[in-house]
Amino acid sequence: MKKWMTVVCLLIVAAFVFAACAPAAETASQVPESSTESGEASAESSTEASAGTETTGSGKHAIVFKNTGNPYGEKEMEGFENAVKEAGQEAILRAPDQPTAEGQIQIIEELIAQGVDSITVVANDPDALQPALTKAMQAGIKVIAVDSGVNAQSRELFVNQAGSELFFFFKQKTAYEMCSGSGEFAILSATSQATNQNAWIEALQKIMESDEKYKDMELVKVAYGDDLRDKSVSETEALLQSYPDLKCIVAPTTVGIAAAGKVLTDKNLGGKVALTGLGLPSEMAEYIDNGVCEYMFLWNPLDLGYLAGYTAMALTDGTITGATGDKFEAGTLGEYTVVDASDGGTEIILGPPFRFDSSNIAEWKDVY
Amino acid sequence: MKSSVNILEKNKTKKIFRELGLLIFLIVLCVVFQAINPTFFTWENLADMLRNTSILAILAVGMMMVMITGGIDLSVGAIVALAGMVSALTVQYVPQLPAVVAILIGMGVGIGCGAVNGVLVAKGRIIPIIATLGMMNVFRGLTYLISGSKWVSAHQMSDGFKSIATSGIGPLNTLIIIAVVVVLIFYYFLNYNRTGRYIYAVGSNPESAVITGIKKDRILIMSYTLLGLLTGLAGVLWVAKFASAQGDTATGYEMNVIAACVLGGVSVSGGTGKVGGLLLGVLLLGVLQNALPLINVSTFWEDFIQGIIILVAILLNISVKRRADKNALKRREI
Repeated sequence: MKKWMTVVCLLIVAAFVFAACAPAAETASQVPESSTESGEASAESSTEASAGTETTGSGKHAIVFKNTGNPYGEKEMEGFENAVKEAGQEAILRAPDQPTAEGQIQIIEELIAQGVDSITVVANDPDALQPALTKAMQAGIKVIAVDSGVNAQSRELFVNQAGSELFFFFKQKTAYEMCSGSGEFAILSATSQATNQNAWIEALQKIMESDEKYKDMELVKVAYGDDLRDKSVSETEALLQSYPDLKCIVAPTTVGIAAAGKVLTDKNLGGKVALTGLGLPSEMAEYIDNGVCEYMFLWNPLDLGYLAGYTAMALTDGTITGATGDKFEAGTLGEYTVVDASDGGTEIILGPPFRFDSSNIAEWKDVY
Repeated sequence: MKSSVNILEKNKTKKIFRELGLLIFLIVLCVVFQAINPTFFTWENLADMLRNTSILAILAVGMMMVMITGGIDLSVGAIVALAGMVSALTVQYVPQLPAVVAILIGMGVGIGCGAVNGVLVAKGRIIPIIATLGMMNVFRGLTYLISGSKWVSAHQMSDGFKSIATSGIGPLNTLIIIAVVVVLIFYYFLNYNRTGRYIYAVGSNPESAVITGIKKDRILIMSYTLLGLLTGLAGVLWVAKFASAQGDTATGYEMNVIAACVLGGVSVSGGTGKVGGLLLGVLLLGVLQNALPLINVSTFWEDFIQGIIILVAILLNISVKRRADKNALKRREI
């Protein structure tokens, strides 16, 4: 009997080991697949293959995205790779299977062991990566955060898609326009822990309090869809039920805005409840074409990854140190300057996001 | 003879009472939600809730069948993704394909996946939790592979395909109708069909089932395959409902399905489980998902409240069950 128990326990342990190994295998196998399909990035497969083997040396720059299988992330990593390739260096593209900090920590540990020059992270958690990233910096590796940042102590620079306050001012104006200046609006966000989401919401509330222009507008609720389809749909339906006078939904998350677009389409509320936010053109094409969402925004993930790639190389070769006022050339994007970030660290701001509407969605929906 | 009839009757009242406990809890919960937000009991909200719960109901019925055999299937979330992705890709490349064919394709994929699970468990003699854990990763990986880790978005799907989830007969949405039909079919199958009863026999006492001539392996393979079929169906419905197919569709959803089964009184050790109780478990989860956003508390409290409610429901169920068991023992003494 005891023997059996031991066997069962061993099997369970073995199963967990398999489960833990599987994501890495998936990551490795899926990237070549996508690259053979797109054709444009056929060299990606060779890069990925070399990522698996243990090599030491310089000229290697790694990016760790939130999770695999995210077309937005693929584009961001592609942009990063393009930048690094332009400079004749080697890019390593990694992402855990699930969007967790644990998965990213494991990858960062592997990268430290590989002795890369720089690690660029798109963090799943602002604080949880600190021990791993501190260890990387102590090992002489340059650490950069992009898109979804980490706290100021665990990075040398943050490549920001847009300054949070600047960004939401921008966003707020769209909500203002969509509500025609007065009425109730709601935010459908991702998780309550996502770094950038909370920064934007704080910035928004600050602006609403300080500016007379928005006194007739009321933020009725910040709902969290956890970036899950089913939960985002339920949250949207609850918003519509609880606030029948709702004029506008702002969803600063790609999953949330698509789920809200689907709900508004199914309920025939296009024109009654406006929808805007951050969305993927391919996912939102349907809802922009049918008028549910008049326009929405997204920065170009290719550009963002590209800028991160140049930032990583500039830090590594000593062009910049990460101090405020440093300037460097980011390939085709032109010159960028390091500025102070609101959390006490320093950052580089990509610029205003791109606006997608019925006039340009057709050409973008097949891009990403 | 007389006493045995008496026992049967007593048993019946016990069973009804047990389901009644969960039902009363659900009703109390609904009344509380209604008191907090009066829009809860509007037709539109109830229709939303049933529509969102129908996929869970389809999956839970299949999962209950497998759990009755004493097994479990952790790969349902991955099969949902795989079947949904295959049908979505088919629709993307053949837009004029009728929606029914897309559903059949998804069900075919599901049958294949389920059959593999079934053979591994029955013929390979691998513990179900491990066999399906392994296959979960295989199916999830396949989904990423066939899609090239790209998404299929709303504009790439035909209107016919998307209308699976938006059409309906009268006020009833197609999803709800499909779920009701599935539940009715399996209610009949599990209660009045000989093969259906064999499933209970295999789960409650495998050795005697084999001695009485029941082909245990076949029953096991059939259970997993039927769950696969339902999961494939659910996968197509899922993708049509959200008009989006991704590699990470329904990740972790198997936990919701298993939770619905356990809440509905299905035993993890096999042999017990009723469609009536299961429906209450499914509805409880559906009501929670629908109503928690309505009561306007912070997200942190939402999670906390959800956990507490599920715990209370399970505690209630256990206490009622213990009382029923005690009564059964008393009868045996007489």
